Amino acid sequence: MSNTPLKIVVVGHVDHGKSTLVGRLLHETGALPEGKVEYLKEVCDKRGMPFEWAFVMDALQAERDQGITIDTSQLRFHTGNRPVLIIDAPGHKEFLKNMITGAASAEAAVLVIDAHEGVQEQSRRHGYLLHLLGLTQIAVAVNKMDLVDWSQARFQEVEAEIRAYLAGIGVVPTHVVPVSARGGDNINAASEKSAWYQGPSVIGALDGFAAAASATDLALRLPVQDVYKFDSRRIISGRIESGRIKVGDRLTFSPSGKSARVASIEGWAGSDITVLSANAGQSVGVTLDEPIFVERGQVAHLADAAPALAHEIRARVFWLGRDPLALGDRLKLKLATAEYHVEVAAIERVIDVEDLGSHQGAQVGRNAVAELVLRSRGAMAFDTFGDNARLGRFVLVHGYDIVGGGIVGDALDNRNIFQVDHKVTAEARARANGHKGGVLWLTGLSGAGKSTIAMELERRLFQKGWQVNVLDGDNVRHGLCSDLGFSHEDRTENIRRVGEIGHLFAKAGMLVITAFISPYRADRDRVRAIDAEAFHEIHVATGLDECERRDPKGLYKKARKGEIADFTGISAPYEAPENPELALITDGKSVEETVTELVAYVEARFGRNAVESMTA
Amino acid sequence: MMNDLDQLEAQSIYIFREAFNRLDKIAMLWSIGKDSNVMLWLARKAFFGHVPFPVLHVDTSYKIPEMIEFRDKVAKEWKLPLIIGQNKVALAAGMHPDQGRVTCCSALKTEGLKALLAEHGFTGVIAGIRRDEEGTRAKERVFSPRNDTNEWDVRDQPPEFWDQFKTDFAPGTHLRIHPLLAWTELDVWRYIAREGIPVVDLYFAKNGRRYRSLGCAPCTGSIASTASTVDEIVEELETTKTSERAGRAQDKESEDAFERLRAAGYM
Repeated sequence: MSNTPLKIVVVGHVDHGKSTLVGRLLHETGALPEGKVEYLKEVCDKRGMPFEWAFVMDALQAERDQGITIDTSQLRFHTGNRPVLIIDAPGHKEFLKNMITGAASAEAAVLVIDAHEGVQEQSRRHGYLLHLLGLTQIAVAVNKMDLVDWSQARFQEVEAEIRAYLAGIGVVPTHVVPVSARGGDNINAASEKSAWYQGPSVIGALDGFAAAASATDLALRLPVQDVYKFDSRRIISGRIESGRIKVGDRLTFSPSGKSARVASIEGWAGSDITVLSANAGQSVGVTLDEPIFVERGQVAHLADAAPALAHEIRARVFWLGRDPLALGDRLKLKLATAEYHVEVAAIERVIDVEDLGSHQGAQVGRNAVAELVLRSRGAMAFDTFGDNARLGRFVLVHGYDIVGGGIVGDALDNRNIFQVDHKVTAEARARANGHKGGVLWLTGLSGAGKSTIAMELERRLFQKGWQVNVLDGDNVRHGLCSDLGFSHEDRTENIRRVGEIGHLFAKAGMLVITAFISPYRADRDRVRAIDAEAFHEIHVATGLDECERRDPKGLYKKARKGEIADFTGISAPYEAPENPELALITDGKSVEETVTELVAYVEARFGRNAVESMTA
Repeated sequence: MMNDLDQLEAQSIYIFREAFNRLDKIAMLWSIGKDSNVMLWLARKAFFGHVPFPVLHVDTSYKIPEMIEFRDKVAKEWKLPLIIGQNKVALAAGMHPDQGRVTCCSALKTEGLKALLAEHGFTGVIAGIRRDEEGTRAKERVFSPRNDTNEWDVRDQPPEFWDQFKTDFAPGTHLRIHPLLAWTELDVWRYIAREGIPVVDLYFAKNGRRYRSLGCAPCTGSIASTASTVDEIVEELETTKTSERAGRAQDKESEDAFERLRAAGYM
């Protein structure tokens, strides 16, 4: 019925015969291309070794030389009843990251155990990780039965051992099958060597697995992947991770809380079909009926079924980093399309996957599993893994590398933040002050004149009796933002804080003037999104040549010599506003003239007449 | 209900969009073969009719002439931002498969590509390789890092799971992005049939032979086949037992010929 292959991963301890089993399965089901077996015979002959089924999947020279699987690979075959995508995973603990790479996409697993060696360290670790990854369908293949003379007693010992371990993590294997991958016994048909065994062959066990349930019946989760403006359309793109969406739905975007209706689900130029709805799994693009601020990382959902929002989560994490994870470590957490900067706030327990015991620890070693509390700077939108796996799992990044993954247990601090309505209204404040509150956001290159203009504007408005204050770039870095540097990430955080403070002052009725280079459009758009009414973007549009000629702090000279890295306009970008409320051309004008122009603007937009129109 | 092709398409579109969002400067390789035509199609779907990055063709000068004709025709029709690269120095020095097929591939394709990447400073290159083509490609990542000399460290690849791809990398290094990694040859043809994607005529049988895989004229052989339409190709592939790259001579010089080619920066 379905052409979609069932994804099955083969895991287990090193050298227990996973790749051999996979090679055998492919051969027995006729999935290998013509000449492949002859070719591999030749390869093995040249190496002076007996025929090796594992070489079907172990294609790398290092794998063949060492006789172990290093990296995961996958191939499709047909059991006769259904198409299968078989994923071979390495068993050596050195390559656990590759095992997880293979196993994380699987819907079911075959755990291979050597009949002679019995359950080993990686058998348990892999079993544990499968469970952590959310796999509950596990069949066990007790391999190399030929080495124990097909002893039913030995089989039963190994079966009891692995059943006991899996029971400890709440997993009941679907089948435990005695096999010899090398000999081809119980792979595709019952072998006469195990007359005492009544269960299915490996292929039979694979046929018994169920395909993963569709996520369409869960609540809508559409993480925003990107926002496109290729043409007149502003398209919010993303993949529907769960639920369904239709034209007319009112979407709420978390964590921002903004909402708008779906105006259309976009097709592409090559198609004239009108799409009215879409389901989980589809990569879509939608347009909205209102121009609200939306950016990558936000999660669209319906108002009555929102994801959790919290700054702190408890999570179960598997750690793949070379260095141990320690309390206080700062990492990047990637969940769906969002990225959060988190700190390890607590290591609650480190889990011993050998005996499933747990102990206290100040750090988490490589390939270990632990329960952590992670604290984020900004609010995170997510589901618990149990509620919705796709929004309840994340990876951790340190430097350039993915160093771990985890699943969300629960939110620790829902913090119960509600909006409190003020008894003193914005209008009452404006009447008392004689002007409206707001944020005048001055942006422009270094040396454009932002601070000079801001300070002079503040002086002139103050003399007129206005409640006015300047937030200056250099000054906030002495206090409010003294913990931040100049990386892109820190600049973004700097602007976020100033934006929040600015809007709080504005709510208190004050006119706030900010003077920050704020080179990134997205950062400024985010500040605008806090309260678009109150935010006025003023582009101090002095050209680069003029700024460099002025060079009041001698910074351009240093930047040109390469003494300052990431200097805006020289070695870092300045993204000029596309639609500022006002652009000030300062070239050839005195500060006096420029500020007079600005005062006129401010009086028109925030002065008496603007206050009167608040009630109109 | 999404069928298997819908799922593959949605996943590939997701990958395209991740690459476009996460990387500063990306480009897509276009070999003019069926797979890269499918990629172009998917890119246009992902970006609502646009291809918002350059399309690179590394011209070895030995491509079959029909391929170049097809390239120029499609590039014009779809208004593709096409960039053509060629290792002129090696060609002037007489590089030809006679000097060793792997040597020739390295010089004209791998080095040709390297030069193109260096010239334009691309940090991401989208390539249409698939897992089912060949054993080392089966081990690839969707987002696969290359070091500052374009090499692939196949023994130490990054973890990749839950569609969280490696998108952070050191300056000077770059990523190869593989949107078709999960597709099979049969999927590609079924999708071509479903969507009506144009392909070079060389794929269709004439006088009992057709090309199953397209590369350079001296190193690509045709196969015996009567499949002269896309549907007939689908039918043929549903029953065939020969592998797709069976006609590619450069893979067969030694057991590890292809692994070495790829480790050095080949697609």
